[in-house]
Amino acid sequence: MKIKDLKELLDAEVFCCEENLGRQIDSACGCDLMSDVLAYVKDQGALLTGLVNPQVVRTAVMMDLICIVFVRSKEPTEDIVELARENGIVVMNTSKRLYEACGILYSNGLTGKVKNS
Amino acid sequence: MSEPLVFHFDIDGEDFISAGQASIQIKKNLRRIGLDPEIIRRVSIAMYEGEINMVIHAKGGEADVKLYEDRIEIILADKGPGIKNIDEAMQEGFSTASDTIRSLGFGAGMGLPNMKRYSDEMEINTEIGVGTTVRMVIKLA
Ligand SMILES: Nc1ncnc2c1ncn2[C@@H]1O[C@H](COP(=O)(O)OP(=O)(O)O)[C@@H](O)[C@H]1O
Ligand SMILES: [Mg+2]
Repeated sequence: MKIKDLKELLDAEVFCCEENLGRQIDSACGCDLMSDVLAYVKDQGALLTGLVNPQVVRTAVMMDLICIVFVRSKEPTEDIVELARENGIVVMNTSKRLYEACGILYSNGLTGKVKNS
Repeated sequence: MSEPLVFHFDIDGEDFISAGQASIQIKKNLRRIGLDPEIIRRVSIAMYEGEINMVIHAKGGEADVKLYEDRIEIILADKGPGIKNIDEAMQEGFSTASDTIRSLGFGAGMGLPNMKRYSDEMEINTEIGVGTTVRMVIKLA
């Protein structure tokens, strides 16, 4: 799906990089532990998380993720948005909880399965 | 062999929030040079975990990334407390990190195992009360 489909499914608000909403993502992961993202994630497009700090963006940069969704209406601070903007990463937030947000995306075809992990 | 291209960084140990800036910069530099994205990803993740470790466990240090024709070396040197038992520290899940660090998404004891996973060679030299130097090698092609 496209990032803009994800935005609509999650009824999310976008904070930066709207120009990248047309980019394609094939999978996603939901995680609050950045070391786990760094250990296990491969070729995933989006990160859904309840953790809000700049390390989330840096982790996304390291993993070549192109979209971050903060759940439970958590507001990213300006330094977070700025760092994401510099790196072309779409940042959004949704009022949904992590479990629910992941479930919605999964049931709409974003399964998180990776070709070769 | 020709001289490597060297990138040097002082890693500020004062605040966790800015940790990782050197790794982001390296990622940018390697992209500009046009290396294979998978190599870049491995280098930047390994360095990022190492950089975070220097900040959360050793009050900062220095990082050097050396780009040779056939490999990239990442050398992370700090003057922190040293690692008491390397075998123990290398185990997934072993961590002495504080709850504060955990609440920020790190300190799950995955850093050193991740660094080993993403590099082709890794060696740790450490002395209690003196510091720790981690050297990682990622082969090119
Ligand atoms: N540079 C370092 N200086 C001192 N101790 C370190 C350093 N790097 C790692 N350690 C020790 O090794 C342990 C495991 O490291 P790591 O696998 O990165 O897990 P974490 O950082 O999540 O605790 C740390 O909790 C710490 O006790
Ligand atoms: Mg660590």
